[in-house]
Amino acid sequence: MALQSRHLLGLEGVNREEIALILDTAESFMEILQRPIPKVPTLRGKTVVNLFFENSTRTRISFELAEKRLTADTVNFSTSTSSVKKGETLKDTIRNIEAMNIDMVVVRHSAAGVPLFLTRCVDAAIINAGDGMHEHPTQALLDMMTIRRKAGDLQGLKVAIVGDIAHSRVAGSNIHGLLTMGAEVMLCGPKTLMPMHAERLGVRVSHRLEDALEWADYLNVLRIQLERQHKGLFPTIREYHREFGITLERLEQAKRDVVILHPGPINRGVELDSDVADSDFSVILDQVTNGVAVRMAVLYLLSGSDPALE
Amino acid sequence: MQTIDRLLICNAEIIDFAAGEQKKIDLVICGDRIDKVGQIDADAFSGLIFDASDHVIVPGLMDMHVHLREPGREDEETIESGCAAAMAGGFTTICAMPNTDPPCDSQEDVRFLKKRAESQLVDVLPIAAITKGRAGKEITEMADLLRAGAVAFSDDGSPVSNNSVMRRACEYASMYDAVIVDHCEDVDLAADGHMNEGEMSTRLGIAGIPNAAEAIQVYRDIELARLTGCRIHIAHISTRESVQAVRRAKQEGLPVTCEVTPHHLMFSDKALVVYDTNLKMNPPLRTEEDIAALEQGLKDGTIDVIASDHAPHSIEEKDVEFEAAPFGIIGLETLLGVVLKRIVERKVLTLQEALYRISTAPRKVLNLPVPQLRVGEAANLSVIHPTREWVVDVKKTRSRSRNTPYGGMTMLGQVAAVINKGLLWQP
Amino acid sequence: MVQKIKAKIVDAEGVERTIVRLAHEVIERNRGAKEIVVIGLRTRGVTIGRRLVEKIKAIENFDVPFGVLDVTLYRDDFRRRLKQPVIQISDIPFAIDEKHVILVDDVLYTGRTMRAALDALMDLGRPASVQVAVFVDRGHREMPIRADYVGKNIPTSVGEEIQVRLKQVDQEDCVLLVESPEEVE
Repeated sequence: MALQSRHLLGLEGVNREEIALILDTAESFMEILQRPIPKVPTLRGKTVVNLFFENSTRTRISFELAEKRLTADTVNFSTSTSSVKKGETLKDTIRNIEAMNIDMVVVRHSAAGVPLFLTRCVDAAIINAGDGMHEHPTQALLDMMTIRRKAGDLQGLKVAIVGDIAHSRVAGSNIHGLLTMGAEVMLCGPKTLMPMHAERLGVRVSHRLEDALEWADYLNVLRIQLERQHKGLFPTIREYHREFGITLERLEQAKRDVVILHPGPINRGVELDSDVADSDFSVILDQVTNGVAVRMAVLYLLSGSDPALE
Repeated sequence: MQTIDRLLICNAEIIDFAAGEQKKIDLVICGDRIDKVGQIDADAFSGLIFDASDHVIVPGLMDMHVHLREPGREDEETIESGCAAAMAGGFTTICAMPNTDPPCDSQEDVRFLKKRAESQLVDVLPIAAITKGRAGKEITEMADLLRAGAVAFSDDGSPVSNNSVMRRACEYASMYDAVIVDHCEDVDLAADGHMNEGEMSTRLGIAGIPNAAEAIQVYRDIELARLTGCRIHIAHISTRESVQAVRRAKQEGLPVTCEVTPHHLMFSDKALVVYDTNLKMNPPLRTEEDIAALEQGLKDGTIDVIASDHAPHSIEEKDVEFEAAPFGIIGLETLLGVVLKRIVERKVLTLQEALYRISTAPRKVLNLPVPQLRVGEAANLSVIHPTREWVVDVKKTRSRSRNTPYGGMTMLGQVAAVINKGLLWQP
Repeated sequence: MVQKIKAKIVDAEGVERTIVRLAHEVIERNRGAKEIVVIGLRTRGVTIGRRLVEKIKAIENFDVPFGVLDVTLYRDDFRRRLKQPVIQISDIPFAIDEKHVILVDDVLYTGRTMRAALDALMDLGRPASVQVAVFVDRGHREMPIRADYVGKNIPTSVGEEIQVRLKQVDQEDCVLLVESPEEVE
């Protein structure tokens, strides 16, 4: 059993066995992470570049930790696309990296499709750490791992993703991953933050939070980017919170053992109240821990394919 | 390219759109005129002989929507390279859109273009800007521009958003019976979009441009045609809603015409799955349903013209992340091939109907004389082998740019010769 | 894939006797079973390890802690593989610090697996000592590794392979000498 692709660009097209392999492998790494010396020499001599064209402290640290736990050599490259003219930097950066004999590239970019673009430019294995509004596969994998650790199996579970679906790569990857693993998915959020024809992806769509609360076993609550309000996609934070914010009071409408995930960082008091985020409903910190294991699994499984041997 | 002294084209099928018939005939061209038409004894003929068995002759093909990048971006296309690409595509006539740098909005600009194209086989007909600097605010000196040689007006690429400005432009142009070619796009609705808004944009995580962004402007233009009587030509129509709107407007007798590009017929937004920037256009590639509506529009005559929207961009500009890439592809050299492969071979249109839409129809839309294949007329014609297949080799393109999605694809219909202004070009 | 069996070197009774002997040797050398832990290497070392622990229990009436170690992540042939082997969970639910660790595997050959196991063990703690128990030592060492307890010394050639079959997984107890399959890579 192995992954079909040398790269992890997204979860669309990744099959059930592959996702199960990643999650199973991640479980093995969870054991390692609990050891006195939480480190294995597996990727010794491999060089991984964390190429972040967009700020993301959490994801970068999680990847960096995963790489270091596997004894890879890690190089960080962070830059903001807005400061330089787009395109030039990307192409030039890639050419430079190609010349440095790199094994793997973890890339985060504000434009969808950049990881795929990189596969055409370099030999290294490419891992998507979030591209525009497209996908963020390792986030969805860690979400699924977190759910699977609670529920044992994803098959037949009801997972509602709540919030700004249209702009969320986390939602994008979760939809593909969860459906592939046999879960049911509902997207819930204001129509202005819902992508076109979302229902054609095979999910339920609702614009009433009550629907999601009554239906779901798991709630994955997305972060609301405050700049969306400035674009006029919802009237005020206050109204968003009243209509779609998760409060302890509203959770009374939910199943008693409902579990709440959030990819972080949380806007406390906007999409999620503090007393919910810190309650027993929340597995947000588990997600962070699982994230390192999932990323170790992905790095491990993709590092074996040496293109020179193929 | 060579100068014609005496040329005999024999055994060709001449397509006469007016009579709706196709007949086998020989043709003698002396200099820039058609000298004889009929049965001509090749053995007795002194001069160049071109045996055109299995070929068809049509009035010189015309592409009414071409972006030459001169002046401003001569690295991407010049008038000369654009004309070379046009000839290779079978065209004797092209219209140059005004979004150059500086834009073509004064009679000097029009004269410059005409002067630069003077020695070319291809007639380059300038389309001048509707508004000064294509800024959408003040209308240009249309009378002066027409006198200098402009054949229509367009702010293509950046639509005139202000309805009042557009109304004045239409009123003013209508005094001279001039045509306004409108790029229909509601810029607020299209905003940050990079592709068609729909299931694919959701999957790919790219901001979409809804059909409504085009349709709303088409509706507006139709109402302004009604209000002002101005002849409005909708450029690169892409949605089913627009097709339906134009169909109704025509039924009402409004002076509205429209064109479609080969790529909007050839590809749907599904093709974008690999984020190929050579499939990034404006208007964006739409869905299968839209393609079906465009084909129906071609069939029932709602869509008058097929034009390329030839838009050269440098490799550096296109070889970037999808969202950073400019819109548009080159299309002069592949238009005929795509039309025959996609439209004629699949029996959406007959060969005659298809060729009509890329030769006679654009001239009718712009009120230009249609070249006649008769004795004494100027010889302006294209010779085509309609059933020969060929494969697109991007490296061999005559355009200075290479931004085409058609590389490696099999096309139908090979250009054998183009003749205009006493000049003959053969590949 | 059918491999040609050259000889059955040990039969079922022999397997059982050997494990009993190994248990006695371990107990003797460590003066009882109180301070030892047994760790089996995936996959056949686990089965042998479990049987060893059962025998020790039968002799000493003491439950020796038993753990499972997967050394995949410590292997040195990592770069030479096309696809990654599936890793399984190591399960060592006790501290190995100051314990005498008995590492158990079925066959000792090049010594590379045992080398990886030693590295893995060092990441888990600081044992008082590490002792190696194998069912078969077939020679051809490439690392300075030796076994403390050996079930059988079976000299082999490189074109041969030793298969330790165990009733828990193979429905029979025996040791077979077989011809190596063709190189697949």
